[in-house]
Amino acid sequence: MADTSATNAFVEFERVQKSYDGENLVVKDLNLSMPKGEFLTMLGPSGSGKTTCLMMLAGFETATHGDIRLDGKSINNIPPHKRGIGMVFQNYALFPHMTVAENLAFPLEVRKIGKSEREKQVKIALDRVQMGDFGGRRPAQLSGGQQQRVALARALVFEPELVLMDEPLGALDKQLRETLQFEITHLAHELGITVVYVTHDQTEALTMSDRVAVFENGRIQQLAPPDLLYEEPENSFVAQFIGENNTLEGVVKEIKGGTCIVQLDGGGLIEAKPINVTKAGERTRVSIRPERVEFNKDRMAEGAHTLKAEVLEFVYMGDIFRTRLRVAGTDNFIIKTRNAPDQVRLKPGQQIEIGWLAEDCRALDA
Amino acid sequence: MKFTTTLLASSAIVGAGTLAFADAHGNMAKEMTLVSWGGAYQSSQDKAYVQPYLEMNEGVTAVWDESSAEAVAKLRAMNEAGNITWDLVDVVAADAIRLCDEGLAMEIDADEMLAAAPDGTSASDDFGDLLVSDCFIPQIVYSTTFGYRTDMVGDTPPTKICDVFDLEAYPGKRALEKRPINNMEWALLCDGVAKDEVYDVLATPEGQEKALAKLDTIKDNVIWWSAGADTPQLLADGEVVMGSTYNGRLFSVIEEQKQPVAMLWDAQVFDLDGWIIPAGLSDERLARVKDFVKFATDTQRLADQSQYISYGPARLSSAPMVGKHADLGIEMAPHMPTDPANAENTFLYNYEFWADYRDDIDAKFQAWLAQ
Amino acid sequence: MSDVNNATTALDAERAEKEYSGPMLAADGTPLKRSLNRALRRQKLRALLLIAPLLIFVLVTFIAPIADMLFRSVENEIVQDTLPRTTEALEQWSGEDGTTPDAPVYKALYQDIYIAQERKLHTRLGSRLNYELTGASSLFRKSGRGVDDIGEVYQDQFEDLNEFWKKGENWNEVLGSDAWLAQIKDWDKSAGTPQPAFEMRDGIADIFPQTAGYYMIFADFVQNEDEDNLYKEDPWPLIYSAFYDDLTGDTASVIASYSGPGATEIAEAAAAATGFETVDYKEAFTKIDKDWGASPIWGTIRAYSPRFTNGYFLNSIDMQKSADGAEFRPENERIYGTLFLRTLFMSVCITLSCILLGYPVAWILANLPARTANLLMILVLLPFWTSLLVRTSAWKVMLQQQGVVNDTLVWLGVVADDSRLALINNQTGTIIAMTHILLPFMILPLYSVMKTVPPSYLRAAKSLGATNWTAFWRVYFPQSVPGIGAGSILVFILSIGYYITPEIVGGTTGTFISNRIAYHISSSLNWGLAAALGAILLAVVLGLYYAYDKIVGIDNVKLGG
Repeated sequence: MADTSATNAFVEFERVQKSYDGENLVVKDLNLSMPKGEFLTMLGPSGSGKTTCLMMLAGFETATHGDIRLDGKSINNIPPHKRGIGMVFQNYALFPHMTVAENLAFPLEVRKIGKSEREKQVKIALDRVQMGDFGGRRPAQLSGGQQQRVALARALVFEPELVLMDEPLGALDKQLRETLQFEITHLAHELGITVVYVTHDQTEALTMSDRVAVFENGRIQQLAPPDLLYEEPENSFVAQFIGENNTLEGVVKEIKGGTCIVQLDGGGLIEAKPINVTKAGERTRVSIRPERVEFNKDRMAEGAHTLKAEVLEFVYMGDIFRTRLRVAGTDNFIIKTRNAPDQVRLKPGQQIEIGWLAEDCRALDA
Repeated sequence: MKFTTTLLASSAIVGAGTLAFADAHGNMAKEMTLVSWGGAYQSSQDKAYVQPYLEMNEGVTAVWDESSAEAVAKLRAMNEAGNITWDLVDVVAADAIRLCDEGLAMEIDADEMLAAAPDGTSASDDFGDLLVSDCFIPQIVYSTTFGYRTDMVGDTPPTKICDVFDLEAYPGKRALEKRPINNMEWALLCDGVAKDEVYDVLATPEGQEKALAKLDTIKDNVIWWSAGADTPQLLADGEVVMGSTYNGRLFSVIEEQKQPVAMLWDAQVFDLDGWIIPAGLSDERLARVKDFVKFATDTQRLADQSQYISYGPARLSSAPMVGKHADLGIEMAPHMPTDPANAENTFLYNYEFWADYRDDIDAKFQAWLAQ
Repeated sequence: MSDVNNATTALDAERAEKEYSGPMLAADGTPLKRSLNRALRRQKLRALLLIAPLLIFVLVTFIAPIADMLFRSVENEIVQDTLPRTTEALEQWSGEDGTTPDAPVYKALYQDIYIAQERKLHTRLGSRLNYELTGASSLFRKSGRGVDDIGEVYQDQFEDLNEFWKKGENWNEVLGSDAWLAQIKDWDKSAGTPQPAFEMRDGIADIFPQTAGYYMIFADFVQNEDEDNLYKEDPWPLIYSAFYDDLTGDTASVIASYSGPGATEIAEAAAAATGFETVDYKEAFTKIDKDWGASPIWGTIRAYSPRFTNGYFLNSIDMQKSADGAEFRPENERIYGTLFLRTLFMSVCITLSCILLGYPVAWILANLPARTANLLMILVLLPFWTSLLVRTSAWKVMLQQQGVVNDTLVWLGVVADDSRLALINNQTGTIIAMTHILLPFMILPLYSVMKTVPPSYLRAAKSLGATNWTAFWRVYFPQSVPGIGAGSILVFILSIGYYITPEIVGGTTGTFISNRIAYHISSSLNWGLAAALGAILLAVVLGLYYAYDKIVGIDNVKLGG
């Protein structure tokens, strides 16, 4: 899935650039292609260019340079209403002066679909999001989650092949968000539609998507399925941005046979997997996920490098314990341990030794 | 500190002055609020007698209020509120009569309150018929008459009032006042009614119809004005060929602005403008106003006023003293509505008639206008 | 352990609550509702105190004038206050056309007008009745001058009979009480003490009822209004005629037995009075003015004698009172109906043109970046900072036939020089000038409503397949309707009450009802009619507001976010 060829691509960005003021590029040389039926999430901090990409795709912004193709045809000069792309907005954008049913009938009406057919399709679409009883209500009479369901139904009612979602769950509380995340992915797969989803919430991105494009500074930093993104970040930005991550800075001492030795700035030597480093003497940031760190000697691999650490804080989180340590000069080293019956609860001030497998530890760019 | 001392010292002097003054003049208020029309007319009053009076009476101040156009309504409102803030009000005679009828103006005894002529003629004889109301102290005679564009009337300029109604000889727009008074008289006059029968005819519904029918012949060519400044502007811009307004306004268009405009004095309607004293002033204020009015309406002061504006003094004895215009240096007498050459055919505003018929004819006139 | 305790108490309380079936109680046992009310009341009271000054201000400056206007539009006390005896006597009159009232009415009229002219009230009544009957103004003025002569017939005869009746002192000796006489003789005006109020001699009012009654009025007038010394004041002729009436009337027999001061003179007068020349009041009034001998003036006085009248309202709808009730005025005097309709029609035109011009401007403002929008907003508001008169006069220069617009059109060859457009002194002029003046009142609410419509609605509509026009018309426009509603109400109500601009640029066909209201306020002084017209205008506005509420819904009006 990762290497989709240009031939069967449904949505394609080719060398797309966008500038609002003629001085700064908001989107720099974007290349992206996705096959039909894929659920792709654009993830990134605000201002990273992800929404601009979405708006260019929808037709509300024009690309300064480059080509955007839909189903093989360039859509640069097609106005938004002719693109046939469904869209869901963060603030739902339900028309307040129309009822729910009228909102849903709107796209059918402008497509000149007869009244009875319209009503039928509206009903199907509403049932699909479990809102069948709410056709007569005004949007203002609905809760946020209900409104978003309606918005979703409206974006799908005219059976578009591509649906764009611009942070659709941003304004909802956590529990509702999780329910809807599930429903959206479920619907997308069931209907076989292609979805481009924009969010700045990485959990959402990881749980919903087939692939995630991590945006930063107008570029895609990494485009990969969620598991690869989490476990094998290709640079330190992605490592930092996706999930919780411990970073240790240092200099590469030597590289040999798939591992490298890094001399940490705070003292100590560790083994890591070289990703973005090629030769000795380069500066690097070493990334290690908190749940891959081990302090119980019995569970550590044979011959693993260990570092001395001092416990600063212990937080009980129910399913896991989160412990903050001082390691190699940094006060912000986190480890997570599962709450098992035999698990040790560390006490602040305790001196321990921590270690990990070299393959869990990635030496990235500095 | 020094400033304070000076202030105190000066107020002490003023205080002393006030005392001395009060002894000499009884208890008179130190401030007067005079109400007038603003513009050139008010300034003529200011120059001719208000400033001289203030110079003679140190410590007295006068405040102008340019509310004469709404004087009747405002005085009525003040009277209802029980707080009269005006001391002397300049109004046209018709308003004076109305204010007198309403009990809003004080009745005056001309011989007792006004100065006699220099030759000893009593004030009531000197003003004569112009004392049209028991409350009215006349100042000037003005007239409502026509002016025309000399460049728009061809070789034969209009000479008679009926030329206003002659659209063939003088095509173009005319400006007439948006009220029946004067227009109805002119219309009847030009419809063949003898001058001395005009009001008898106008008193009948048929006569009123007749007048409106005559006005109807030029209705499409009339621009109706409601402010005295309208006609001068319309004449100056060439919007109208001829138009009625107050003669003083036309004087300034002709002599001061040098526009190609000339006077048509025929059938001019004389009207009067003068002071009334609001009813219900306190004794101190009344004493001050009486003192001022006696000075401001004496023979010399009324004659002085005609140096600044082309309105005739209301006193017979002032007429020979009319001189030259203070700035332009031209003789004022030929520009006076009362000048014999101008006054060959004149009307005097018929106050009694209009007091009775104003409401009735106005309703008909407005209905006719709205058609 | 303490946790367990707390849990049990909570459970107990809950159980107690379930068992208790009465009203919910607060912690101290008072019903919850009452203690909530008390708490709220204190808050409300404090809030009320805070806004009290403003509330009073609003009431005084806003409600009171409206109440006053409504009152004036029906108030008509002047007739009854000025002619109390006449209106009472007039009730006997049949009111038939062609007839005149009986002699007692004329006598009452003499008495009323005499007193009124002394108080200078007769001319005021004349002006009032002149609104209803042409000529009433001079009729009352003339009558005021003439009534002196009527009473003098008796005065002269009494004075000829005996010098005694010439002097005010003698009258006071007869009519005044001894105590008062003693006081007034001692009174010195220059001492600054108030004049002792006149006091009637005991029992004299039974002997000379009419004389005593009018003398009281006379005494009150002299002492309180003229502030002269009553003792020295010679009585009005009215007193003599009343005296004659007493001597020859019902009390003649009582007078014969009178023995107080001046008894001899009174006995002499009583004997002579029967032979006096009498006054025919009706003839006397007809001599003053023949109108008194005809029915119209009497009909008018009778029709307007009640304290409240619907006359002003009838006038405002081109009707008048007549002998057989209300009827329409003659065709050539009807004006207000036309003016009301015209005012409404032109206000609608002005509102529509404000919407047409204001909508695009507001849209541009709402879609520009804030900085540019603020700058342009200043341009929109700029007209507010110049005087209304200046703006309106500027339109005169622009629109007149030799004005800028016509000159330009002639120069461009659009119109011929001899057929320049009439853009002013008609309805066109009023609509143009008023649209310009009222435009900001449309733009501001529109702008603030449009500001609140998120651009995502338009995007959503387009993404759903709507063309630009459909998206605007079906999605954006309906959401800006509250702004149009608010702007329209503002513009419409403001324009309905405008009079300065129509007066200057409206000519004869472009003036509003407000111009007539202004005329009646400041020129004709017919405040009652002005108030009635104003009240009708107010009712029309309220009616339209109600209709708007019913049709569009007043909730659908927004001045902003």
